[in-house]
Amino acid sequence: MNQANLDPKPNLDPTTNLDRRDFLTKSSVGLAGLAIAPGMLLFDLAHGRAQDEAVSNKVRWGMLIDNNKCESGCNDCVTACNTENGLSGGIKPTDSQWIRKVQLKDTHSGHISSLPMMCQHCEEPPCVDVCPTQASFKRADGIVLVDKHICIGCRYCVMACPYQARSFVHEVLTDQKTEVPRGKGTVESCTLCVQRVDKGENTACADACSKAGHNAILFGNLNDPDSDIAKRIRAVTSTQIRADLGLNTGVRYEGI
Amino acid sequence: MSSNSFSRYETRYFYALVALGALLVFLGYLGMHTMEEHGHIVTGMNNQIVWGIPHVFAIFMIVAASGVLNIGSIGTVFGKTPYKARAPLSGLMAIALLSGGLAVLMLDLGRPDRLIVAATHFNPTSVFAWNIFLYSGFFTLAALYLWTMMEKRMNVWSKPVGFTMFAWRVILTSGTGLIFAFLVVRQAYASALLPPMFIVLSFAWGLAVFLIVQAAMYSWNNKVLDPAILKRMKNLLGIFVISSLYLVAAYHLTNLYFAKQTGFEHFILRDGGIYPMIFWAGYVLLGSFLPLALIYLPGLGNTKTVVAASLLVILGSFALLYVFIIGGQAYPLSIFPGYEVSSSFGDGQIGKYVPSLPEILLGFGGLAIAFLITIISTRVLNSLPHDVAAVAAKNDD
Repeated sequence: MNQANLDPKPNLDPTTNLDRRDFLTKSSVGLAGLAIAPGMLLFDLAHGRAQDEAVSNKVRWGMLIDNNKCESGCNDCVTACNTENGLSGGIKPTDSQWIRKVQLKDTHSGHISSLPMMCQHCEEPPCVDVCPTQASFKRADGIVLVDKHICIGCRYCVMACPYQARSFVHEVLTDQKTEVPRGKGTVESCTLCVQRVDKGENTACADACSKAGHNAILFGNLNDPDSDIAKRIRAVTSTQIRADLGLNTGVRYEGI
Repeated sequence: MSSNSFSRYETRYFYALVALGALLVFLGYLGMHTMEEHGHIVTGMNNQIVWGIPHVFAIFMIVAASGVLNIGSIGTVFGKTPYKARAPLSGLMAIALLSGGLAVLMLDLGRPDRLIVAATHFNPTSVFAWNIFLYSGFFTLAALYLWTMMEKRMNVWSKPVGFTMFAWRVILTSGTGLIFAFLVVRQAYASALLPPMFIVLSFAWGLAVFLIVQAAMYSWNNKVLDPAILKRMKNLLGIFVISSLYLVAAYHLTNLYFAKQTGFEHFILRDGGIYPMIFWAGYVLLGSFLPLALIYLPGLGNTKTVVAASLLVILGSFALLYVFIIGGQAYPLSIFPGYEVSSSFGDGQIGKYVPSLPEILLGFGGLAIAFLITIISTRVLNSLPHDVAAVAAKNDD
């Protein structure tokens, strides 16, 4: 018989007061911490999110577009968007265009400029309000999307969008990208490259703009006070297009 | 042809009309099938003008469905005997027109196969979703209304059901107006005047359709409509046409008053090419002034001129809706006020739209559905208005 099991007195010596259960508990917490910490660190660095983690409203994705840096003849953001999302790049009135370059001329001063225009990812999106089936929806992190499975193609959201940012798929599509579901008879628009953002990457348009050396598109988390975009928005005057509508857009512009 | 020989062939004529209606429905099906197979690329619609001619047909029928029921309401709710005799016919026509209108609206969807999704996923903030609820209620109430009128034991319920129906259709037509009125960023639509405007338009359009069907039924059954009743109804049409003109004028004048809307009003009323032409010639002249002349000028106002006036009112309604729906979208959105804009996506440009055959066929297919339901149901159910001459004369106030 084991003598220790019969001993009714607990070990009261403070220097050796660490039984096996305590030891195992404490050491496993420590090990878990060691195992998770680098992952958390990397995750934090990449601003991404684990596959099984729900989207949180602690993040609000947005863009700040500097109109002064946007080159008039440059179309790189549009091309990158088309390539990333499998759009044809056609510019017929029936073709989908998720992002477009708009040329502006001030009617009084005659000043000419250009800027990229896309879904503004409103906090109060009119497209979501009017959609009869809730196919148009806003993710917790502010990205406005269309659920391709429940869109019935009524086009009411196209009528309601103040930015003409939505396209209706007018014909049969081929060679689609697996990460970017699209379908004939449904409405679509800029997804803020959700497939990239969820992996912790930048949007295709922002990357293309940086690659071209313009750096006119800054993408990031508006809710993170330490993010570049939040700092920049605090530092400069930025505007929302049709701010009078009170939609609180996720895409802001500088220099218009 | 004598009336005797007509009676002998009456059944054949009826089936010939049914065949004609069925043929038009089939052609509408072909139009829909082409759109379903190839997508909206086969229509004239595009990313700037997303609602085309099918919406013109659909909204005409939905608004007229509500308006035609006004005839029944005048009888049931306001107790006017000559209109009471017409309540069953007005109920049947309302169901027919709403069926035709909804068929077009739904078959013009990008994914009509997902119609069930509209019933299973309901967005309470969407006026479109409210309308789905309002349309279902309209069908149910109209059927109930007919039952209370046609089944003697249920007659006592006719008045309360008629009242509910009256309220329901006012809300339904307001809902149709709100589909546009809620589009705050579209210069053509964001106006609180639209729901009342659509209600008054519905009175005129519904009555015009009713007068045509009524004249056809009387002629078919070799009967003559009491001139006193005809006079009452044509005068009512005149009042509705004038009221419609008033509200349409108020809508444009209030828009003109707002500096930010004047560009749109100049476009739609003066500079927009085909749209001002259709508005002034189609709606104002042919669709309003000419019918008013046919109704009120001394020596006119007989059955033929009233039918002609009604046909012109319907023509005018299509003209008005075409300008309102297509012209309203053709004018570019004001995204950057104070700037001249251009892009590859139609910014700052007038949208182009030419209706194509498939979508026109779909529209007429919807009208044919309404026509078929009307002629079959009026034959199967005894809905021919039976007037007592003395009653008509007595109520001629």
